[in-house]
Amino acid sequence: MSATLERGLNALREQIDAPVASFFSSCVSCGLCAEACIFYRETEDPKYTPIHKLDLLRRLWKKEYTLFGRVASMFGLMPGITDADLKEWEELVYDSCTMCGRCSMVCPVGNDLTMMIRKMREGMSASGHAPVELVGAAGRHADYGSPMGELHPALHAQIKHAEKDTGIPIEMDKAGADYMVLLSAQEIAEYPDVLAAMSRIFKKAGITWTISNDGFEATNVGIQLGNRDVARALVTKVVEAAEKLGVKGVISPECGHAYQALRWEGPNLIGRPYDFEVIHIIELLDRLRAEGKLKTKGKDMGKLTFHDPCQINRRGGINQEPRNLMNMVAGNFVETDDAGTMNWCCSGGGGVGANERAEDLRFKAFNRKKRQFEKVNPDKIVTMCAYCHHTLEEQLEEHNMEIEVAGLTELVAEYLDDE
Amino acid sequence: MNNPNFDLLMWARGPGFDIALIIFVAGVVLRIVEIVILGRKKDLAPAKGSPVGQGIKTIFSRSIPRKGLVQYAPITYIGGYIFHIGFFVAFFFFGAHIVFLDELLSFSQWWPDAISFQWPAFGRVIIESAVALSVLAMIALMYTRLSDPVRKALSTFDDYLVWVLSILPMVTGYIAVNKLFGDPVFMMALHILSVELLMIAFPFTKLMHAFTFVMARYYNGSIQGRKGAES
Repeated sequence: MSATLERGLNALREQIDAPVASFFSSCVSCGLCAEACIFYRETEDPKYTPIHKLDLLRRLWKKEYTLFGRVASMFGLMPGITDADLKEWEELVYDSCTMCGRCSMVCPVGNDLTMMIRKMREGMSASGHAPVELVGAAGRHADYGSPMGELHPALHAQIKHAEKDTGIPIEMDKAGADYMVLLSAQEIAEYPDVLAAMSRIFKKAGITWTISNDGFEATNVGIQLGNRDVARALVTKVVEAAEKLGVKGVISPECGHAYQALRWEGPNLIGRPYDFEVIHIIELLDRLRAEGKLKTKGKDMGKLTFHDPCQINRRGGINQEPRNLMNMVAGNFVETDDAGTMNWCCSGGGGVGANERAEDLRFKAFNRKKRQFEKVNPDKIVTMCAYCHHTLEEQLEEHNMEIEVAGLTELVAEYLDDE
Repeated sequence: MNNPNFDLLMWARGPGFDIALIIFVAGVVLRIVEIVILGRKKDLAPAKGSPVGQGIKTIFSRSIPRKGLVQYAPITYIGGYIFHIGFFVAFFFFGAHIVFLDELLSFSQWWPDAISFQWPAFGRVIIESAVALSVLAMIALMYTRLSDPVRKALSTFDDYLVWVLSILPMVTGYIAVNKLFGDPVFMMALHILSVELLMIAFPFTKLMHAFTFVMARYYNGSIQGRKGAES
């Protein structure tokens, strides 16, 4: 057995707990998880059945964590996992799963398959079977602080732009501010308007905020790659920055995995609760709306629809908040089929969008959203995740669809009543 | 008048059943302990919703298919419902089974004054319809298992074994009660033996889902509930 294989199997063993054992014990091979999976539904290839993607984890559990399996393996009836198995499963675990969570919502016995994919990636990456792009991004993250490399110069330039646009100064590293704002690398590189939008909204609402030079980037490739050490290091950086400034809260940006990493996995990764609150930007805007601190004037009268990011809605619990905000600023808001908790993934989440090998599969998977958008025929698609935003733009272009994509924070700011 | 099948029936009802019951109970307990002792780490993220409440709710709510999904796997969904309901009706509401369960649960064979666990039985027509529908549903489920590429690819020996072991008690019970063919004593012995096979296989196969689904649904609901997300 090679050292990497042993390391991978040990990482998988660490992931096996009571929920995993109860899930595998309960599976009746009904195949209903396939019907919820965007990759199966758009290709009809049975290998994309979610529970099949977990087969190596299931085999390991059965062989080592059940009496029956242990007895059977004594008689050589339970083959072990090989490097060849891990190689074969790499595509299933990384290319054909965005960890969107639909399968976990339909399993009749209640299996949280998505959580198990997240766990299985820990073993895959430890054994050296992870997409090269994610491994590279993790390296850049460790060396330069973001998956896109050094972003300080870009951030400082964008802050200057935002200050010029709004006339509102943005104070970096300001101790004692209400909130510390985090951005996703995608926002800094592609959608910097969000800074000016937040700047105006927060000024009107009377909120003080800052950005830390020590930790301003919220994405977490450790979650996508399946590497707790990387994930922990990235969360720690943000936590230390926030605690150093003594802020009341940290604002998670419009980024799905960032929210998942910081809000839900983070305290478990670092082994303690935070001294501050983590709030998603859309949650905060909706709170301000409810408190009467966010008021808008006028509405976009075009036909607008909303794309729910899986990690923020289905896996993150933020469903009604963006709709409250959409209703404030959209005069003709039309939902697609399955919108809300059972929305279909943009096909780029979970590291799939960064994985070049998965490109054709991803374009095929998007056909589902394409049909949904064609049915609604919107003028604009609004979302609350910069990576969904990026993927939607890329996919719409690939599918020759001319629909504008917008971030919800920017849209709200556009109609902000700041007189 | 010595019917040799009578000895077989007596063995099936006596020692045979005791052996099966011991394996069933010990096996199920062992499997559940195997799961529970693995434990799970305390979740340190402050809850937005109610993990416990939603966990309990999901144990029940997951019995209802999510909107829009039945059309993609109608046989699996509808067949699944009919099989499970039919099996439960026949198992829990057939008069002879109620008397048997009462004896088993109240230990009245040793303790005549024990509390009775009897409940009203369903009529013959309901029981037999339930069995017939349940068997038909199982045939339909096997058809999808063999013809649908997803289900076929997922199926292992376990799935086929469990299918045979689940359909046998219903078929043999129906034949024995209605004296359709063969020696009724022998058919009754076969019926009881088939149930014993089911009980023995139970802890070692996917039949365990009948217990562990409660845990799985609870965990799923509590994970999502913590986040204030639906499940």
